[in-house]
Amino acid sequence: MPPEPAVIADRYELSVNATMRVVEDAWIGETLLFVLRERLGLPGAKNACEQGECGSCSVLLDGVVVCACLVLAVDAVGSEIQTVEGLSASGDAADIQAALVRGGGVQCGFCTPGFVVAIYDLLRRNPDADEMAVREALSGNLCRCTGYGRILDAVRAVQRARAS
Amino acid sequence: MSTGSTHDARGAQQLRVARPATLDDALCALREMPGAQLLAGGTDFCVEVSFGSRRPTAVVALRRVEELRGHDIADGHVRIGAGTTYAEMGRGALASTLPALAAAARTVGSPQIRNAGTLGGNVATASPAGDTLPLLVALDARVRVRGAAGERVVALERFVTGVKRTVLAPDEVVVDVVVDRCRGPQEFLKVGTRNAMVIAIASVAVVVDLDARAVRVGLGSVAPVPRRCASAEAHAGEAIDWGRLWASEAALARFGELAAEACSPITDHRSTADYRSHAVAVIARRALERCIRHAT
Repeated sequence: MPPEPAVIADRYELSVNATMRVVEDAWIGETLLFVLRERLGLPGAKNACEQGECGSCSVLLDGVVVCACLVLAVDAVGSEIQTVEGLSASGDAADIQAALVRGGGVQCGFCTPGFVVAIYDLLRRNPDADEMAVREALSGNLCRCTGYGRILDAVRAVQRARAS
Repeated sequence: MSTGSTHDARGAQQLRVARPATLDDALCALREMPGAQLLAGGTDFCVEVSFGSRRPTAVVALRRVEELRGHDIADGHVRIGAGTTYAEMGRGALASTLPALAAAARTVGSPQIRNAGTLGGNVATASPAGDTLPLLVALDARVRVRGAAGERVVALERFVTGVKRTVLAPDEVVVDVVVDRCRGPQEFLKVGTRNAMVIAIASVAVVVDLDARAVRVGLGSVAPVPRRCASAEAHAGEAIDWGRLWASEAALARFGELAAEACSPITDHRSTADYRSHAVAVIARRALERCIRHAT
């Protein structure tokens, strides 16, 4: 007989920003975005489109940038989840956040956490990313205020500062 | 782990989720939870659940199934595990061996989507706009599936039977996709409203097989299923000067026309049928031209 398949019930644990967090009495069909925001008090990942179109809910799942709205929360059990709150607390994205603020890359701010996560992911993988690589890496993050120019300027500012 | 199910305070439906680590356990979970739906990268699944158009009572999540991961590049063929993400198709030896698959994968969604979505999900979802399907059908891809009754291999052309319809049985899982290696240039082109985050209005994969002196064409988003185009393929095979790998402007244009004639497009919120046919003529011609121009 093959082993009994594991069936996750209504209590599970997620590793979020290196802390084990318990999710209880939650519908098991909830997305990671919903669980982060509504169950775990982490509203950094924004709920905008709920269909992977806008990137506002970008998080790192085992070090890979994904849309939290497209992850079934229970399917992230055993994975390491990093949110913008984690990157903020560690200071790992501090220069990105500062550059966005200084350079006018933040207007209404709703898309900003997703951009911070996506830029952090890009510059870790490809610190010297050229213009096209930056644009492609940020192509899944929508901003309706800035026209993107100042966000791209902020990325270049971080690249220059880190290189010097 | 317990085998309980749960519902929320809003009265959401009963739902059980299995997260097997092996293919055998996945098949076992499918048997124990009749009607269970498969979850791969989640890029379609989670949207449909969130918007209420999909209401599963049981889910078998495949992300941890080790046998579905990875790929093998052998002398004669390439085997790509169903769990391979678009991001993985776009880099390394897999991308250099199947450059048009890498190009197709790169047009899918955004980096976030490409990190999650999988080849098996694209094949099993069987959307007419599935971006890997034109190349796979052009390469005569075989889909290997495993179920309670064992394993079977189905040509992609027969695997996809209609719009989001396949021959996959409820107790079966797509294990991998196998294509023969093909010496020669290949190209994938797609038309949409922008370069990122776009579902294809029309797409074309062209494969030039230098050993067989043959051209193969796969068309996407212009018929209920990914479609080959025998007339365009036969025309190209005859019209190309295989010694120089060259074709006349008129021959290239005719190739595009024949590809467009093979389409049976619809008008929907993304495009008119006329525009889809027009686009196929343009990108099929361009894809063949690029294959020939880049070949040395």
